Amino acid sequence: MTIREGTSQPTQRSLYKQMVARSEPAPPKLRNAVMAFVSGGLVCTLGEGITDFWERVLRISHKQAADPTVVTLVFLASLLTGLGYFDKLARHAGAGLAVPVTGFANAMTASAMEFKREGLVFGIGGRMFQLAGAVIVYGVVTAFAVGIATGIARLVR
Amino acid sequence: MRLEQPPVIVGAAAVAGPVEAQGPLGHEFDQTYPDLTIGQTSFEKAERQMMIDACNLALKRAGIEEKPPAVDYFLAGDLLNQLITASFSGLEVGVPMYGLYGACSTFSEALAIGAKLIDGGFADRVLCAVSSHNGAAERQYRYPTEYGSQKKPYAQHTVTGAGAVVLAAGGEGPRITYCTTGKVVDFGIADPFNQGAAMAPAAVDTIEAHLKDTGRSVDYYDLIVTGDLASFGYKMAVRLAAERNLTLGQNYRDCGVMVYDLSRQNVNAGGSGCASSAIVTCGHLLKEMARGRLRRLLVVSTGSLFSPTSFQQGESIPTIAHAVALEA
Amino acid sequence: MMYLKAFLVGGLICLIAQVILDNTKLSPGHVLSGLTVAGGLLGGLGLYDKLIEFAGAGASVPIASFGNALVKGALQELNQNGLVGVLTGMFEVTSTGIAAAIVFAFLTAVTFNPKS
Repeated sequence: MTIREGTSQPTQRSLYKQMVARSEPAPPKLRNAVMAFVSGGLVCTLGEGITDFWERVLRISHKQAADPTVVTLVFLASLLTGLGYFDKLARHAGAGLAVPVTGFANAMTASAMEFKREGLVFGIGGRMFQLAGAVIVYGVVTAFAVGIATGIARLVR
Repeated sequence: MRLEQPPVIVGAAAVAGPVEAQGPLGHEFDQTYPDLTIGQTSFEKAERQMMIDACNLALKRAGIEEKPPAVDYFLAGDLLNQLITASFSGLEVGVPMYGLYGACSTFSEALAIGAKLIDGGFADRVLCAVSSHNGAAERQYRYPTEYGSQKKPYAQHTVTGAGAVVLAAGGEGPRITYCTTGKVVDFGIADPFNQGAAMAPAAVDTIEAHLKDTGRSVDYYDLIVTGDLASFGYKMAVRLAAERNLTLGQNYRDCGVMVYDLSRQNVNAGGSGCASSAIVTCGHLLKEMARGRLRRLLVVSTGSLFSPTSFQQGESIPTIAHAVALEA
Repeated sequence: MMYLKAFLVGGLICLIAQVILDNTKLSPGHVLSGLTVAGGLLGGLGLYDKLIEFAGAGASVPIASFGNALVKGALQELNQNGLVGVLTGMFEVTSTGIAAAIVFAFLTAVTFNPKS
């Protein structure tokens, strides 16, 4: 059915919406998927390498080296964001940079940088968690729910 | 609405940012800037400076040198919350002012209201100005500048720049002959990254109403331009119009597509923002009229009347388009 | 060998996220929150730690491991101190990442300006 003058407004609207949805230019899905896979894999491989590095340098176990690894990755992502390169890389890498902890660091750093003009308290302080806050909130809520559920399940048993 | 005594555009100016300066119309702008902050401490302050510069240049073109300028009203608008660009510029201009918000349709809205003030005998001269700024708009409506997100191909790039026009009851220049005020139209598009598709129905609605009002046909005009539908919205407008038996053909273009080179510049579907229609009209189209290459122009600025709040509350995007006919 | 597994598993998680982003209207915020919740739920079932043992950084670097770490912290304290431990234990394992992110975001913001 085509949108013709004279059909009711709601019909015109829904037909128009369908036309838009059909015609919307799609992102290069295959290229994005491949780039996300490769860049995400590379970031994680880099993470593995950094873990090995700290394991040796600090003489700690592989598990204990996870903490300094996260700090290193956060530092690198934050620095790249500050220098203005992260968003250029992310345009191509997509989820490959957003999903690892680098994405979290970028979200916080980008927000803090953007709202610097509004000062230390309202700007950097107040807006830092604007984008990344949801991850913390839902992570904590999930942990709470799982914790309580596990606790109750044990009591019941 | 027909104007009994069509006011004259006696002066106009367009200023633009670096990306626009590198576009196909770069050489047409009266002033361009090398970066987005132009020595100011924030994007918002830079946008203000751009609007003031555009106003000063337009006033000079109109031969108005004194400060405060000899205009009866200053009509201005922009995209920022509480219209701070327009208001702070108004402080600098120093004449009685009305702030206007029509999102990206504010340019033709300002021209229409300015024209009616003069035609109705309420003013002899009116200064109209609008602006938009990529950095300021992105941080308000979308994501921080350095955030690593991928833009969809139909997303648009807010034009950085400002356009100003001086309207007068008499003088030399193209005249505003007709104004068609748009109605708010909402065809249910809810994606704030797909504004072109959201605004296309409003543009078509207003163009239809204008042609019906005036009794003119599409071919009457040498050129009809919409403000910022960009490449995808442009296609949707043409198709939607065709469905309603209106042929938008060779003489229909979109400022968001004209202001950038879509193949070379990283602007996705094209330009958006108040400055899209403003700088293309003030910088290029009015000059084309002066050169005698255009005699009848219909400027249809288009705007999306949503806010981040309304979007987050799940609403779709209501849109509007205002049309002004400029004739040499 | 671990490097290869890290690459494949990490890449796969990012690939899934990318496909969701490109085929739905969900925002990155939605997808990352979803991944965090998924990591937390798998952590509650004890599965995420197994994934970390298998793929190393391929599982510990993606944001999902943050959800897992929060759950692990909560469960550890639950075992030792009962229900109140769910709240007290959460950030024990994850504080490094968040603290580092806050500190570096602050320092970077103070030093650099956003460009374009």
